[in-house]
Amino acid sequence: MGLWDMFRPRAQDNSASVAKERLQILIAHERARGQDKTPHYFPEMREEILGVIRKYVDVDDDAVRFEVDHNEQYDLFELSITLPDRQDDRRAKKNT
Amino acid sequence: MANVLVVTSGKGGVGKTTTSAAISSGLAMAGKKTAVIDFDVGLRNLDLIMGVERRVVYDIVNVIQGEASLNQALIRHKEVDNLYVLPASQTKDKDALTTEGVGEILESLANEGFDYIVCDSPAGIERGAQLAMYYADEAIVVTNPEVSSVRDSDRMLGILSSKSKRAENNESPIREHLLITRYAPDRVGTGEMLSVEDMQEILAVPLLGVIPESNAVLQASNAGRPVILDKNADAGQAYADAVARLLGEEREMRFIDAKGKSFLSRLFGRS
Ligand SMILES: Nc1ncnc2c1ncn2[C@@H]1O[C@H](COP(=O)(O)OP(=O)(O)OP(=O)(O)O)[C@@H](O)[C@H]1O
Ligand SMILES: [Mg+2]
Repeated sequence: MGLWDMFRPRAQDNSASVAKERLQILIAHERARGQDKTPHYFPEMREEILGVIRKYVDVDDDAVRFEVDHNEQYDLFELSITLPDRQDDRRAKKNT
Repeated sequence: MANVLVVTSGKGGVGKTTTSAAISSGLAMAGKKTAVIDFDVGLRNLDLIMGVERRVVYDIVNVIQGEASLNQALIRHKEVDNLYVLPASQTKDKDALTTEGVGEILESLANEGFDYIVCDSPAGIERGAQLAMYYADEAIVVTNPEVSSVRDSDRMLGILSSKSKRAENNESPIREHLLITRYAPDRVGTGEMLSVEDMQEILAVPLLGVIPESNAVLQASNAGRPVILDKNADAGQAYADAVARLLGEEREMRFIDAKGKSFLSRLFGRS
């Protein structure tokens, strides 16, 4: 807190400071999204691929990594799946 | 080479047309041959604010479609030397403005020896606004101390840096300036309104000026006389400062402290 702030109204009843905080968060988010070159169909495709994989193996959400690399000439789509232990795998198959 | 200056904001009603009128008049008064173009096709208003509405014969779309020459469409301002207004079309649809057409007009103006071409952008981030900023060398982003205006300005800054001709050709980027308008220091003092520092911190663009909320702006629009011509008005003086800064002069910011309160009285007199 700077010297100045001591002479300002308290944060609670200071709606301008609330406005500033909300804007900072929102704008940081929107700027990041503006730079995100992921294709628009990506989230849907991700869900669908995940569905297909789960027909065979029981994997967690965080065991599957989707990444898009942007190069000068082409975009590279990378998919990596960490498979569960073999035993877990068998159990998973029995269940489905 | 002519300097193409776009006045833009994203959000509507923040003061773009008021600013275009004031800044173009100020540049002309500083001896720069200046044209100000209304890009708000369908919602022409710059002519009214500039006080030339009764002399409009042709508009920018007539020029693009070859129905009038540029010189026929340009209206010379009676009170301010070196100042010319190119009105928007009131009737034709927005698609009548083309990138090539606008490019040709700007090139002709440059060849006619204009120093500054001020483009008054329509609101929004769609075609009309993008066309107004496409050829810009400099941009004034008009922003009110209010959340939605700040957010829209940030989006417009993103568009300026990615969708302009300069960006497409990998040239040096558009020079961006933040102009805060309708600023009410009293309300900033009580914590109700975003401050100049807050807005600068969020948008991170060099500050060209701060125009106070002022009755003089309404009076100026009633009279059809750009507010900068009112030398006694706070808003007029603030615009004059902004023009001087645009031309490279250093001037201290005025009208950013609450009225009648000195630094010391604010420090000790609050409660
Ligand atoms: N500094 C100011 N003080 C008081 N009123 C102002 C100020 N600046 C602009 N206004 C008022 O705000 C309204 C909108 O201004 P203006 O037409 O310049 O905005 P705009 O951004 O061009 O709007 P649009 O997006 O519709 O083109 C007008 O009524 C104008 O008089
Ligand atoms: Mg306008």
